[in-house]
Amino acid sequence: MSSGGVLEHFTYIVTVFLMVAGLYVVIARGNLIKKLVGLSVFQTSVYLLYIAPGKLIGGTAPILSPHYTVYSNPLPHVLILTAIVVGVATLALGLALAVRIKETYGSIEEDEITAADNAVQDAEDARS
Amino acid sequence: MNLVEHLPALQVVLPLLSAPLAVLLRHGGIAFAVVTAGAWAAFATAIGLWLQVGEVGVISYHIGSWAPPWGIEYRVDRLASFVLLLVAGTAAIVLPWSRASIEREIPRELHYLYYAMFGLCLAGLLGITITGDAFNIFVFLEISSLATYVLIALGRDRRALTAAYRYLIMGTIGATFYVIGVGFLYLMTGTLNLVDMAERLRDVESSRPVLVALAFITVGVSLKLALFPLHQWLPNAYTYAPSAVTAFLAATATKVSIYVLIRFWFSVFGETLIFERLPLPEILLLLSLAAMFAASFIAIFQDNLKRLFAYSSVGQIGYITLGMSFDSVSGLTAAIVHLFNHGIAKAAIFLLIGGLVLGLAKPGGAPPAPTFDRLAGLARRMPLTCFGIVIAGLSLIGVPGTAGFISKWYLILAAMEAGQFWLVGAILLSSLLAIAYVWRFVEVAYFRPAPEAAGRQEASLGLLLPAWLLVIATLWFGLDTSFSVGSAAEAARFLVKVGG
Repeated sequence: MSSGGVLEHFTYIVTVFLMVAGLYVVIARGNLIKKLVGLSVFQTSVYLLYIAPGKLIGGTAPILSPHYTVYSNPLPHVLILTAIVVGVATLALGLALAVRIKETYGSIEEDEITAADNAVQDAEDARS
Repeated sequence: MNLVEHLPALQVVLPLLSAPLAVLLRHGGIAFAVVTAGAWAAFATAIGLWLQVGEVGVISYHIGSWAPPWGIEYRVDRLASFVLLLVAGTAAIVLPWSRASIEREIPRELHYLYYAMFGLCLAGLLGITITGDAFNIFVFLEISSLATYVLIALGRDRRALTAAYRYLIMGTIGATFYVIGVGFLYLMTGTLNLVDMAERLRDVESSRPVLVALAFITVGVSLKLALFPLHQWLPNAYTYAPSAVTAFLAATATKVSIYVLIRFWFSVFGETLIFERLPLPEILLLLSLAAMFAASFIAIFQDNLKRLFAYSSVGQIGYITLGMSFDSVSGLTAAIVHLFNHGIAKAAIFLLIGGLVLGLAKPGGAPPAPTFDRLAGLARRMPLTCFGIVIAGLSLIGVPGTAGFISKWYLILAAMEAGQFWLVGAILLSSLLAIAYVWRFVEVAYFRPAPEAAGRQEASLGLLLPAWLLVIATLWFGLDTSFSVGSAAEAARFLVKVGG
C-alpha cells in the first residue's frame, strides 16, 4: 500500500468516481427515471467498496485444504449479496412509483410535477 | 425448548411472519386479524423482554447458536427494550384503530397489502432496535423503509406519490451513506458486531477511515431521523400518508433512527471521540436549536393541521437531539424520555386528526384534508376528539401535568448542569412557539363559529378509544414518571458509563 500510484488504488478510484457520479445524477437531474439510475449507480459503488478489499490476488475460497494457504474473505460477498437484493427492491419500488406518478400527473419531470402541485395549492388557497 | 429464552428472536419473527401470511391469505379481514395478532404478540414479547432486562441486565441472543462476533447477535439492554416497548406498543394500538379508517382511505381490494406492509414495517423497526450487528441494522432499516414508502404512497391525495418518491430517494441516500460508513468500519476492524467493533475501534480510533465512517453514519442516520436541515422529506410524507400510517411513523420511525444514532455515538464510537476530540456536540446543539425554532415557527403558518403537526415533529426532534448534545447522564435521560413522551403524544394527535377527518367526510365518501377552514367550530361537533388533541398539544408545549413537561424539565436540568443557562431561555422561548401553533387549532375549533349548525357527531368508539388510551398515557407519564424516567435514566447511566 505504501508505494502508492494510480494502479494500486485503482478500485478505490473507480468506487469513488461511481459514488460521486451517482449522487450527482440524483441531485442534478429532474427526471424521475434518471434520478433512479443515479441512485442505482450510487448504490452499486458501495458493492465495490465492500468487495474489492475482500479479494486477495491468488486467494481462494476459505476451504481447509493443504494445497492452499491464501484465502479471500468471503463475508463481504455475502453482505453485498444482501445489499444487491435491497438495491433491486428499491429500484423496483422507485420505478413503480414513477409509473404511478406518470399515470396521475402525466409527467415524470420534477419541475412539471411541482408546477402541477402548486397550481392545485393555489386553487385551494383561492377557494378558502 | 424454553420459550422465554427465545424472546429476542420471537420479537422480530412474529411480526415478520405475519406479513407474508397476510399476502397469501388475500383477504382484508383475515389479514387484519393476523397482523394485529402479530403486533400484539410483539407487544407482549417486548413487555417480557423489558422485565427480563430488569432481572439479568443485558440479554445476548445468538441467532442460530453461532457465537458472536461471527454470528449475528441480538442484544437487548435497557434502552433497546424501552424503544421496543414504544414501537410495539404503538403498533398494537394503531392497528386496531386503522381498520375503520382505511375503510374510507384505501380501496378495499388493497387492504390485505396495507396490513402486510404494516407488519413488515413493524418487523423492520423492531429488528433495527434489537440487533447488535451493524449490517443487520442496514437490512432491517431497508425492510422498514421500503414498507414505509409503500404505506405513504397508499395515501389518497396524488401528492402522496411524490412524497413517497422523494422519501425513497432521500431515505435510500441515507441508508447508503450508513452502509458506506459501516463498510469503512468493517475495513478497519474486521467485525460487524457492535460490541466487538467498539472494543477494536479503540486501537484505530483517530485514523482517517474511522472519522470518515463516523461522518457517513451520522449524516445517513440524521437523514432518516429528520434532523433539521435534512427533514425535507418529512412534512409531505406525514401530510399525505393515510392517517394510521402518519400516527405510526410519527411515533416510531424517526425515534428508532435516533436510537441508532445514540447507539453508534455512545456505544460504538464512544464519548471521548465524539464529545472531546470532535466539535460534534456544538454542531448538534446548533442544528437542534435551529430545529426547535425554525421548524416550530414554520408550523405556526401551516393551513393543514397534519402538516402543522408534521413540522412540530421536526421541532420536537430538536429537543431530543439537544439532550444528546450535552454528553451527560441527565442530558441523555432527557433525550430518551422525550423520545418516548413525544412518541405517544404525536401518535395520539395524529390518530385524533384521523378521527376528525373521518367525521368531516361525507357519508361513504373519502375524508378531506384537515385544512383550518374545514375545522371551524368543530369542537361542538366532536368535543372528545378536539379535547384530546388539546391535551396532547399541551404535552407538546410542556405544560405541567403532561408528559412533555417531564422531558422539558429534565432537559432544563441538563442545561443548567452543563452551565449553559442561556439554553434554559431558549427552551422556554421555543415552547412559546409551540403554544402558538397549538393555539391556532384551539382558536379555530373552539372559538370560530361553525359554518352550518350541526349536532354532536362524535367519532365512533373504535376510533376514540385507542386514541384516548394514548392521551391518557400522556397524562399518566406526566404524573407518574417511575417507568419512563426510571427506564431512561437507567439506560443513560449504562450508555455513558460504557462509553467513558
